[in-house]
Amino acid sequence: MSSSALLKALETVRDPELDEPITSLGFVASCAVSAAGDAQVRLRLPTYFCAPNFAYLMVADAYDAVAALPGVRHAEVVLEDHFASDVINDGVAAQAGFVQTFDGEAVSELHHLRANFLRKAVMAGTDQVCRPLLAAGTEPAALLAMTLGELPPSRALDRLRSRRSELGLPAGDDAALLIDPVTGAPVTAENAPLHLRKAKLTRVSIEANSGICRGMLRHRYNDTRGQGEKTPAVDSPEP
Amino acid sequence: MYEHNGEKYFIVDSHMHYWNAAPDNWVPGAEQYAKGWIECFHAYQGLGPPETHWTIEHFQKYSEDDLMKDVFEDGHVDVAIFQPTDLKEWYKEGFNTTARNAEMGKKHPGKFIYNTNFDPRNGDAGLEELKRNVETYGSKGVKLYTAEWNNGSRGYKLSDPGAYRFLEAAQNLGIKNVHVHKGPTIWPLDKDAFDVADVDHAATDFPELNFIIEHVGLPRIEDFCFMATQEPNVYAGLSVVIGGLMHALPNFFAKCMGELLFWVGEDKMTFGSDYGIWEPKWQVEGFVNWEMPDSEAFSDYPKLGVAGKKKILGLNAARLYDIEVPAEYQLPAEAGTPAAQDDAQLVAGA
Repeated sequence: MSSSALLKALETVRDPELDEPITSLGFVASCAVSAAGDAQVRLRLPTYFCAPNFAYLMVADAYDAVAALPGVRHAEVVLEDHFASDVINDGVAAQAGFVQTFDGEAVSELHHLRANFLRKAVMAGTDQVCRPLLAAGTEPAALLAMTLGELPPSRALDRLRSRRSELGLPAGDDAALLIDPVTGAPVTAENAPLHLRKAKLTRVSIEANSGICRGMLRHRYNDTRGQGEKTPAVDSPEP
Repeated sequence: MYEHNGEKYFIVDSHMHYWNAAPDNWVPGAEQYAKGWIECFHAYQGLGPPETHWTIEHFQKYSEDDLMKDVFEDGHVDVAIFQPTDLKEWYKEGFNTTARNAEMGKKHPGKFIYNTNFDPRNGDAGLEELKRNVETYGSKGVKLYTAEWNNGSRGYKLSDPGAYRFLEAAQNLGIKNVHVHKGPTIWPLDKDAFDVADVDHAATDFPELNFIIEHVGLPRIEDFCFMATQEPNVYAGLSVVIGGLMHALPNFFAKCMGELLFWVGEDKMTFGSDYGIWEPKWQVEGFVNWEMPDSEAFSDYPKLGVAGKKKILGLNAARLYDIEVPAEYQLPAEAGTPAAQDDAQLVAGA
């Protein structure tokens, strides 16, 4: 059991709002595991007041990812410098679930919230795979008839399939490229222009948000990098 | 007033503050929140140009002289609209109250407009206070902070019956403009804190009121745009969009502006510096100089011309607040009516 295996496990944990791994976002302040299998992870966020529901999901998901590793005997995941740190850390350590952790302040677990943001990720992912096609001359109308299997392989496509699968939406080769992210039904010709426009806007929103979060995290921690942090070409002029 | 290439721009800063967030104003027992709040604001300032950054001490409490210099002398602003944020749970005298704003502003006649606020959770006493504030300060607008903590409650929705009672009362008192801030920790915590659906309901049910969504619902600009495009009385407050993106992430700034111009339109966007988070000077100058990039990625966004910039920087807000604009700053008739509501139909052509 090595700390690189630990980091690899943490790479599977995403910020549900930004749809990116917490590692590449710089949210993992440190992670280590002892020879005996005691794993320790410290997480950090861009602000003291980042939404507690998303914060909870990331801490809980990180705990699950680490605890599931075969070599880990005991997992401790701690969120630092957040207004609800103590409540979240205690709740996750006790495996209490969100409702019990925020007793009296929440009435349901976060599946609904997570699904809502996965749908946004599907919309943004749709723009990511469609844009190169459009740039290469594919007519917007032609996208309607396309299936996922007809698209050239890419990481963006893998990601789109994975998000669609998580939601229980069709993701196989014969699945339509353009689908309603709630019902999974193929988009109609009439709705296609608006659908593509919404997909683009959703992507701009998520990516701009991600840029702001990275900027604030850098400011907050004086450019100290997180474990596995990646600096993407964040402000790319490219589509 | 800002002049560039022979064009004269009338500047209304429709979203700015005069706060005291220094330790002398922290509520005992809530110091960590008071400190965390202002540090979070300070981190936003980090997204502006380095030469405009302040020390945390200066940022916690700036003086009247600082404000007058930064906003009016150096910042090109003609009229500034104070948006209060009480936060009395954390700050003894409040963070940035209407009273504190007016106390300072009365020494500078004609420069400021005092918006007030309300909190439906304060019930009848809150209604009385709203009435008193409107009478005392002549407020035409309110700033609502739906995520504000209040006696253990961490927020409310604008569509709550209690909120409707206040919106009705505000309208009867002559309030025209409702600025809504969407922020974290709204109750219940299991819902999306930035959800703007409650504004959608209120905007439909109060067609006489204008709803200006500050920070355009960032980080949910998509939800805001889908909503705003269907509601003729919903406007985009650009505070944070210009301050947070124009310098730090210029390409995302252009994309966000492109989306807002497409979905909401230049008649329904208003400039706000969010001072003291960011100084208006670099924002006004940068925005007047800004052009939508020419490259392919931006080709399906509307361009923004001089007339559009004049509307966004001042004329739209001037119309919402009945601010008199000297003739030399006004647009020729063919440039359209600032703050016109009919842009809400734009998406029909999407």
